[in-house]
Amino acid sequence: MSVNTSKLLQKERKKILELWMKNQLADDSLRDDLMTNEELRVQSDELLTALTKSVNDKNLSNHQSSDFDQVFEILSGISITRARQGYSPRETGAYIFSLKDALLEVLQDEITDPTELFRVSMGISRLLDSFGVTTFETFIKGREEVILRQTDEITEISTPVIQLWDGILGLPIIGTLDSSRTQVVMENLLQRIVETGSSIAILDISGVPAVDSLVAQHLIKTINATRLMGAECIISGIRPEIAQTVVHLGIDLSNIVTKATLASALKYAFSITNLEVRKTVKTKTTF
Amino acid sequence: MIIVLSKDAMAIQKEQDVVPFRNRVKEYAVKIGMSLVNQTKLITAASELVRNMLKYGGGGSTLIEVISKGRENGIRLTFADKGPGIKDIPLAMQDGYSTGKSLGLGLPGAKRLVSEFDIKSTPGKGTTVTVIKWKNG
Repeated sequence: MSVNTSKLLQKERKKILELWMKNQLADDSLRDDLMTNEELRVQSDELLTALTKSVNDKNLSNHQSSDFDQVFEILSGISITRARQGYSPRETGAYIFSLKDALLEVLQDEITDPTELFRVSMGISRLLDSFGVTTFETFIKGREEVILRQTDEITEISTPVIQLWDGILGLPIIGTLDSSRTQVVMENLLQRIVETGSSIAILDISGVPAVDSLVAQHLIKTINATRLMGAECIISGIRPEIAQTVVHLGIDLSNIVTKATLASALKYAFSITNLEVRKTVKTKTTF
Repeated sequence: MIIVLSKDAMAIQKEQDVVPFRNRVKEYAVKIGMSLVNQTKLITAASELVRNMLKYGGGGSTLIEVISKGRENGIRLTFADKGPGIKDIPLAMQDGYSTGKSLGLGLPGAKRLVSEFDIKSTPGKGTTVTVIKWKNG
């Protein structure tokens, strides 16, 4: 005797939903802080309705069937919204797998023939497994989108130009200087030179992990542009290993003022602008 | 005789791959206990070569190997691309020569930064550069 899975599931839809809800509510990992039980019921009902509508004996063993497109669509939607709401992938996975428990329980009650029961259960089990995998895939895809967006944001964060003193600008460079970044750095620096009327800019490369010929070329370009604006550039933050590497590479930085630390660069900047920093002697005043 | 202790391949397709590649080279260099100066020299050379590969070869594949010769350990890097190749290698190895608008220090600079340097190129087929940096080299 063959069982009509589709009819059976549609008939027992209510019962499956009740069981599924019961399973979910009994689960310790239920996040009633993120979603009310009512919302959960609506979401579950929608998914279950789509599933019972599309499943039949023919496609039960074929998860790739286009009959399930609607189910997968709803599933991806649920997975993405859940990811945004702050569900962990384990919780979303548990949500799908608790449906499997409910389905199997109902099948067990309804189908008496052991071979039939096994066949249908296997089919349902496989189908639900592939649903579970889909939620993970969607979750990861959602995460990847976040990562890509953040990467874009990081590249867009312009290097800040800060005023260290009247007429002295500081530009801490962190990370690798590539062409697009140099463009941003140069634009910001030149703009600030005009705005503040500064005559000295200190480029601090303490945060640049390696200076290769491309980075050096970009630095030289920035410095040349600054000079055209009538300001002087000092490179600071050259670490010992960077100094040796630059020498071996054969990059000529001899016509650029370079300093080991930002402090010494600032000191040098003070000396060429005829500024002096002195310790004040506090005189005790007696009344 | 050179014994290969570990192998790690990485494909380079876009500019965003440069920094992860460099970090991985650094990881291996730290693992074999290379000094900070040699680490920096190696990753700078790697950076030059990988940029060349991207700019002129349109990307390619890299291989990071930890090798051992006698009592010394080192890192061997192989950069292989299927780009247009280099016609005149001695000319390309000259300081200040560049077909792009760069400083022309990439290849000769990288050679000075590493212990052993080998370049093979067939015009139209591609270029393969192999460099070795010994731990104390």
